[in-house]
Amino acid sequence: MNYNWNFESVFDNWWALAIGAVGTLRLFAVCLVIGMSLGLVVALGRRSRSRPVRWLSTAFVEFFRNTPVLVQILWFYYALPILAPIEISPFMAAILGISLNSAAYSAEIYRGGIQSIEPGQWEAARAIGMSGLQTLRRVVLPQAIRRIIPALTNRGVEIFKMSTLASVVAYVELLQQGKLIASLNFNPLEVYTVVAAIFLIILYPIVRMTYSVERRLARSD
Amino acid sequence: MADPVLSLAGLEKSFDGHTVFANVDLQVMPGDRIAILGASGSGKSTLLRCINVLETPDGGAIEIGGKAVGDGSRGGPARFSERELCALRQRVGMVFQQFNLFPHMTVAGNVAEGLVTVRGIPAAKARERALAELKRVGLADKADTYPSRLSGGQKQRVAIARALAMDPEILLFDEPTSALDPALVGEVLSVIEHLANEGRTMLLVTHEIGFAYHVATKIVFLAEGGIYETGTPDEVLKHPKRPLTRQFLAEHQRFQF
Repeated sequence: MNYNWNFESVFDNWWALAIGAVGTLRLFAVCLVIGMSLGLVVALGRRSRSRPVRWLSTAFVEFFRNTPVLVQILWFYYALPILAPIEISPFMAAILGISLNSAAYSAEIYRGGIQSIEPGQWEAARAIGMSGLQTLRRVVLPQAIRRIIPALTNRGVEIFKMSTLASVVAYVELLQQGKLIASLNFNPLEVYTVVAAIFLIILYPIVRMTYSVERRLARSD
Repeated sequence: MADPVLSLAGLEKSFDGHTVFANVDLQVMPGDRIAILGASGSGKSTLLRCINVLETPDGGAIEIGGKAVGDGSRGGPARFSERELCALRQRVGMVFQQFNLFPHMTVAGNVAEGLVTVRGIPAAKARERALAELKRVGLADKADTYPSRLSGGQKQRVAIARALAMDPEILLFDEPTSALDPALVGEVLSVIEHLANEGRTMLLVTHEIGFAYHVATKIVFLAEGGIYETGTPDEVLKHPKRPLTRQFLAEHQRFQF
């Protein structure tokens, strides 16, 4: 192997990558918030006393867990406008695909976390007159979330990386910009190396931060 | 005669077609201390848990302070609305065998939780009250530690303080010392005895027959799916009339010295 690395052609286009990074972060932030909060709603739906709500939540999880995100993004972008008179931007299509998929996965994580809380905790809270919702908010979720932070962190990292799938509908994010630079400068090795490095540089500190949150929350145990 | 604080009429509970008890009638007067005894599986804990509807009774009526709880108007077992349950449980405190303290809250936080979340009392005032209750159970100095740092006996005393903070009219103790090291049983029983001396109304499921004898005003012995024998501690524990009661007491006294 006697390849002559040349990163100059990548760094000359740093602004294009910067625009891509902003697009990636924007998509990540929106999908993280929607995915994680919708996931909690769906998890609670699966525990609902109403049978239709339970059924719907389960169907949601199974549907979005068992179909590829890439197909969902393409479907929302190309197929949905045929069925409904709405225009879907690449950003919207990516948000829908990634958020709904993440919601399905995080719903299962929340559900596992809630189920792992001893029934005695529910009983003790109910026995002092707390409502089901108060018990959930004050007693069960604070403990459950502590236990599932590692799994939720994984989900968050996954969402961040899934953002690259949005390049399939030409949403401007890091991979899309990388592809563009590579096709103009014929330097795929350098470009994709840099793109991978940028992901690592952004993600690793975030993951380290969640470790310290985890440690702080474990204080009472 | 005063009105009963709690009255059960024809209370009934079964699990998967197996009747735990049926036709349980019980009147609890203010200041009564009722010890519920019986072999394991006789439904002692289930009876207690039906009173604050942690288990939903399959039949019968519960009255608290002369007012019926649950809606039996549609026939069949009474239905309980969420709102009614929350109101009922504030009037009936419960202490569990396994303590069930909230591990993510400090000791004071555990005791104040009901006041803050259920009653909407400001945090500072709730803490003040929590500290007073902790003092009553001898744990004021532990207010800011987490439950994981406490011994079993201390945990149970915190659990008692948590129940007391809600000013319940009745206290339910579900085998409060069964999960404890023998050496730690005494401190919890002392606290319960102290509450008894204050004249609190309580129902106590226990295996500590000696304690029941000294503290209870009335013994209820459960067997054969209902109240098998009842009376004063002297009547039931010293002079039991029926065979299963005698057998139960004999078993318990077998290894005394």
